[in-house]
Amino acid sequence: MPFSAQPPASGEGYALSASLDNARHLSSLLRAVHFQDHATFLATASGLRVTVEDAKCIQANAFIQAEIFQEFSVQEESVMFRISLSVLLDCLTIFGTSSLPGTSTALRMCYRGYGYPLMLFLEEGGVVTVCKISTQEPDELLDFDFCSTKVVNKIILQSEGLREAFAELDMTSEVLQITMSPDKPYFRLSTFGNAGSAHLDYPRDSDLMEAFHCTQTQTNRYKISLLKPSTKALALSCKVSIRTDAQGFLSLQYMIRNEDGQICFVEYYCCPDENITEAEL
Amino acid sequence: LSRIGDELYLEPTESGLSLRAVNSSRSAFASFLFAPLFFQLYEPGSAGPDTELFRCKVHMKSFLGIFRSLPSLEKSVGKCLILLKPRASRLVLQLHCKYGVTKTHNLAFQECERLQAVFDTQRCTSRLCAPARLLADAVVHFPPTLAEVTLGIGPSGKISLRNYVEDEAEPSKTMVTELWLAEDEFQSVAVAPGSHITFCLKEFRGLLSFAEASNLPLTIHFDEPGRPVIFTLDDTVLEVHLVLATLSDLESNSQSPSTNGVSHLPALSDEFADDLESYMAAMETNEGGSEGPPSPTFPLRTPQPAESEPEEEEEGAVPGTPPHKKFRSLFFGSVMTPGRPGLATTQEVLAEDSDGE
Repeated sequence: MPFSAQPPASGEGYALSASLDNARHLSSLLRAVHFQDHATFLATASGLRVTVEDAKCIQANAFIQAEIFQEFSVQEESVMFRISLSVLLDCLTIFGTSSLPGTSTALRMCYRGYGYPLMLFLEEGGVVTVCKISTQEPDELLDFDFCSTKVVNKIILQSEGLREAFAELDMTSEVLQITMSPDKPYFRLSTFGNAGSAHLDYPRDSDLMEAFHCTQTQTNRYKISLLKPSTKALALSCKVSIRTDAQGFLSLQYMIRNEDGQICFVEYYCCPDENITEAEL
Repeated sequence: LSRIGDELYLEPTESGLSLRAVNSSRSAFASFLFAPLFFQLYEPGSAGPDTELFRCKVHMKSFLGIFRSLPSLEKSVGKCLILLKPRASRLVLQLHCKYGVTKTHNLAFQECERLQAVFDTQRCTSRLCAPARLLADAVVHFPPTLAEVTLGIGPSGKISLRNYVEDEAEPSKTMVTELWLAEDEFQSVAVAPGSHITFCLKEFRGLLSFAEASNLPLTIHFDEPGRPVIFTLDDTVLEVHLVLATLSDLESNSQSPSTNGVSHLPALSDEFADDLESYMAAMETNEGGSEGPPSPTFPLRTPQPAESEPEEEEEGAVPGTPPHKKFRSLFFGSVMTPGRPGLATTQEVLAEDSDGE
């Protein structure tokens, strides 16, 4: 299907056009942020950013840089639209979700511009499926104003150490409390559920700890229902960076390596439920 | 233990940590006693002259939730520390995992009375000991939904297991499964021919899986119908008891309360299929008679000043057992000290208790 990225002339051009040999590179990342039905797509020359938000408290972003695609072209400075993420994922995985070695779904994505649907051409084993998904006006996105200069505490952990912990979080607890400190307990995840409280402590000298930069003792609580979806991103990732700023806003950044060894990122931002400055043990 | 009750009773004693459970109708009781040697460190705390060692109960689900995934526990957890903090009202379970990670669970507990069923394996007239595998293989033939099973000894000494069918069930619509095991399949047999007991399979299955997994032989101590059946597992560091109430028999109800006479059952004929219906009829128990004297088959509680623990006031036939189930509830009261003069059994013990191997 020859769709070339020509400058728009008599409606031939596409605001966004991209090709991907293995649609899984996109679908697995999108699944990691799929906790709401709709997402906002932002395409720039550097790549694609897919944003999902909930309750004005949490925002997740999946970044797929242009280099991941075999072909990636954006006509304007940026292209933005709102789309149903559930429908998009269903289309991307239309040939099934099981990954047999050697087989993959090839994807071609085209978007003419404002008001037009997103076109997907998916091919596997000679079978082609064409999907048209309607797009909407993009919502205004939250700006957590989280920048590296304001970071108070930061640690980088190997995801392996957190995966089980997140999967087994006591969901009868309303909050997940995160304590980060230059002193004991260094890094602690706590829940307060029906059975009682549970604390998970990671010492700073643990083999799992790749980097430990905590300047101040901070204890913050976040709604556990908002953070639970990040477990998907954690499951895919090899490393996670956990940062908090002076207001207690939380940034979780997941480094994900895809099947071809390429690196992508997913990040979650969450605002605190309550601000507790004293460590609550 | 979770197959029996919703609450886990923890009782540290000088001889080890005892974990116990009882079911809501008080017809099943189990205890697991872990000797101090089982642990790397065991400090039961100190009991003063007037105080006892602290004990408590926690919600079974909360406790089990901590040990949710056994395979991952085995891989990642090095050791587990259990602390009972009465003043903080918390039972602390701390798992030390690999990479230096520590998981601390603080469970709320409730103080409780001592949970102890009255039973005495020495007083049981019959005893069977078998590898858990044998019984597990036998029990697999019964549907998972089966409630009660009857263990019986045929006149020739063969051991049978049959599903118990409610009297109200129509004989033509019910399926009866019976299997016979030869004596030599058991490690030891000391039984009275013609004896039989009917007990709840569900609670027994739980113990059976544990026995199979730990590869321990299972000993069954039983007596007459109506008297509890006691299953035991013994190990150097672990002692397990499961006490289940058994269905009492029509015949034994007519005995006077002061004797503990032997109930005479119609002998199981070898052509049991022909006698099935009459046998079933004989198994019928007297449901309406419970307003009469207290159960003749349970030892009565005597006030014993030496037993300083405040015990629960439980009598024999306690309501709370669902009426259509004719099980007597187990007696929970002072623990009988062996050798006390009490209700004498008129039937002699056929074989002395010996160690299960």
